[in-house]
Amino acid sequence: MNLTLKVWRQENAQARGRLETYEAREISEHMSFLEMLDVVNEDLIKQGLEPIHFDHDCREGICGMCSLVINGIPHGKEKATTTCQLHMRHFKDGETITIEPFRAKAFPVIKDLVVDRSAFDRIMAAGGFTSINVGGAPDANAIPIPKADADKAMDAAACIGCGACVAACKNASAMLFVGAKVSQFALLPQGRVEREKRVRAMVAQMDKERFGACTNQYECEAVCPKEISVEMIARMNREYFRAAVKPQASAKAVGA
Amino acid sequence: MALESKTPSGPIEQKWSKHKFDMKLINPANKRKYSAIVVGTGLAGASAAASMAELGYRVKAFCFQDSPRRAHSISAQGGINAAKNYQNDGDSVYRLFYDTVKGGDFRSREANVYRLAEVSVNIIDQCVAQGVPFAREYGGLLDNRSFGGAQVSRTFYARGQTGQQLLLGAYSSLSRQIGLGQVAVYPRTEMLDVVLIDGHAKGIVIRDVVTGQISSHAADAVVLATGGCANAFYLSTMGLAANVSAAYRCYKRGAFFANPCFTQIHPTCIPHTGEFQSKLTLMSESLRNDGRIWVPKNKGDKRPANEIPENERDYYLERKYPSFGNLSPRDISSRSAKEVCDEGRGVGPSGYGVYLDFRDAIKRLGKEVIAARYGNLFDMYQRITDENPYEVPMRIYPASHYAMGGLWVDYNLMSTIPGLFVLGEANFSDHGANRLGASALMQGLADGYFIIPYTIGNYFAGVGAKNISPDRSEFKAAEKEVADHIKKLLSIGGKQTPDMFHRRLGKIMWELCGMARSEQGLTKALQEIPRIREEFWKDARVVGGADQMNMSLETAYRVADFLEFAEVMCVDALDRSESCGAHFRVEHQTAEGEALRNDDQYAYVAAWAFKGVGQRPELHKEPLQFEYLKLATRSYK
Repeated sequence: MNLTLKVWRQENAQARGRLETYEAREISEHMSFLEMLDVVNEDLIKQGLEPIHFDHDCREGICGMCSLVINGIPHGKEKATTTCQLHMRHFKDGETITIEPFRAKAFPVIKDLVVDRSAFDRIMAAGGFTSINVGGAPDANAIPIPKADADKAMDAAACIGCGACVAACKNASAMLFVGAKVSQFALLPQGRVEREKRVRAMVAQMDKERFGACTNQYECEAVCPKEISVEMIARMNREYFRAAVKPQASAKAVGA
Repeated sequence: MALESKTPSGPIEQKWSKHKFDMKLINPANKRKYSAIVVGTGLAGASAAASMAELGYRVKAFCFQDSPRRAHSISAQGGINAAKNYQNDGDSVYRLFYDTVKGGDFRSREANVYRLAEVSVNIIDQCVAQGVPFAREYGGLLDNRSFGGAQVSRTFYARGQTGQQLLLGAYSSLSRQIGLGQVAVYPRTEMLDVVLIDGHAKGIVIRDVVTGQISSHAADAVVLATGGCANAFYLSTMGLAANVSAAYRCYKRGAFFANPCFTQIHPTCIPHTGEFQSKLTLMSESLRNDGRIWVPKNKGDKRPANEIPENERDYYLERKYPSFGNLSPRDISSRSAKEVCDEGRGVGPSGYGVYLDFRDAIKRLGKEVIAARYGNLFDMYQRITDENPYEVPMRIYPASHYAMGGLWVDYNLMSTIPGLFVLGEANFSDHGANRLGASALMQGLADGYFIIPYTIGNYFAGVGAKNISPDRSEFKAAEKEVADHIKKLLSIGGKQTPDMFHRRLGKIMWELCGMARSEQGLTKALQEIPRIREEFWKDARVVGGADQMNMSLETAYRVADFLEFAEVMCVDALDRSESCGAHFRVEHQTAEGEALRNDDQYAYVAAWAFKGVGQRPELHKEPLQFEYLKLATRSYK
């Protein structure tokens, strides 16, 4: 099939970006979306032009590195699918496809379709862990965990940290991402030890990174390639409320 | 140079405990005087960085991804082994040790493997304490499954995303140390050289892939955890950016490369579909617990799978290996798939595929049970192939997956360059000639959480804190070499993209240094690889500049290294004139077509020293002694 692409090009973080038009010729329906871009890029390089920069690595939908807003939807319109797992059979011959970066104040563009998502890492460093050192862990079966809780924790932990939730939200809220991590730990006995400290620290960092607040539109859940439920946001709100009404035990930095 | 494995003396069960006692300690107040650089933030790197920081060492962690959480360990699906014997089915540290040495076809170091089995139980404890949501039974205890090549259920798993969950666990520990200021993290940076001062590794040269800036970082030791080299085959199950460059640059600076030809071909991947393909996708081996592998009995049988009657199907693994059947080790399963396809009995459009059929399991257990076990894998398969595996059998074919070989390390995980430690897939030490399923995650975390924190302290105590400045001339000289190399790449001005060369190299490696190797084929590969390399330096086209984000340049320097490294793989494969594990030399097979080892001549680790590009590397042998396990012919019949 042949396609017309309108692609966001931007030399670097400071430059002004613009949409440029490219033709993608003789594309097989079995290609993934990124393989289609590989073909376009090989042509560009052969012509001595700079390829379209985009983030990608595992190409099997798990590393969370690929992004792209395809025809206005983060990761494209297929449900529960990352861009790297989106196949060209879902497009029609002759179609025009618009490709833009994830857009949010907290995700500045680095180049073309590549954005800086390190705000997520800073939220994790603020509290996304259990404060245990190697060596002291009790036997793994010492604390039985109800299967239902373990399964729910796994549903939360499935988040790949791609940031599509932020890109889809009109407020650029990161509450699905943060809610998933808070929920994972709140559901497990190992994580409950620090639940108040954690939710306070992660939410504070989230605000500091200038992510917006949730206004219950559920766009995040709709685009999430791992189908993380907005229940995570509800649980985070409960955890946050719980922490707010509990007196703060220590002012010490979380993790110390 | 004599290779000293530094394996401690004494009975195998006591070696590690004894060694931990014998190693020197650094008192807690002095630990902050020492610094370590960790390159790579996968399971081995993230766990090493976190646990060294917990002890009080100052750590700098580097990765080329945009976040340490995205290292390729994340793609591991099936599980992690540990000798917990929670299932009461006869597992033990000794059995895991035995299975791993046997599975590796007696080409690994006994003492290392024993230690791996010994610490495996601590890994699971550590991960559960981190909040890793492993699968559980209704009573609340951890669930296990059996996995390729094992007759006990010792594999812990988190749906089909075990690697992801373990990595996120290690990343969360690392994040905690970053928050505490104990680790400084440098994402989107690529290590392009290691710097030696007075013969010891004391730092690295990196390129910031956003700005293109080249800079140096110094420390008291360098820990390399940069993964494997399977992308030498171009198409593999690795992430696209996975490369051999960091390890290869260390090799060029004096680290020996051990058993580079031992590369694992994973039996269950989605078959190749076309020239445009950028990678091969693995379907977890756990599928082999319930799926049955078969091809039609008759050549060229093009009927749809469901129309082929039972008596015209050949369940070849069950037929050839009745006691292990579909769970036979990876090398044996891969080779058997190749054999039936070479006979003309392969399925799918290319004829290079075999069926992995869940019909009987669905009949026996119901669709719901199968969906609960493998739902996400089935969805992934359908997304890629547009076929529904609940209704038609999956098609699978082997693909390049894992490097058992890697930089040579001693028992302390230190390479032949003092102060350069190598962990995880990047080293060679534990899997011999073939890795068992669910053992890669185990090894990465064993090295990072439980071994390096001890052995690096011993090294530090021996050499003392040096507080070296990255402004020293050795660093400046290395920076200049890196900058010149980049300039050279940018000025070739040819017509072909680096990927075009990579694809050509991959084809040669897959055909001549893949599942079946011969003297003739390898000799041919050794003639063709230098030709492609020469052509690369004349006709490659690398666009853009050095001082900017430039993915064309990144690909180019990785491909340039693969074009040199592939030759070392072929030299090793040619030199090892025996078949063992994943290394199958067609000249050495039994009448039934099984691998034929030659223990009298080849029971050694082949460690290669760099002698110049295009020059034959120099072979150093580390003889392997088997004091506990008897060298035996593997039999999975």
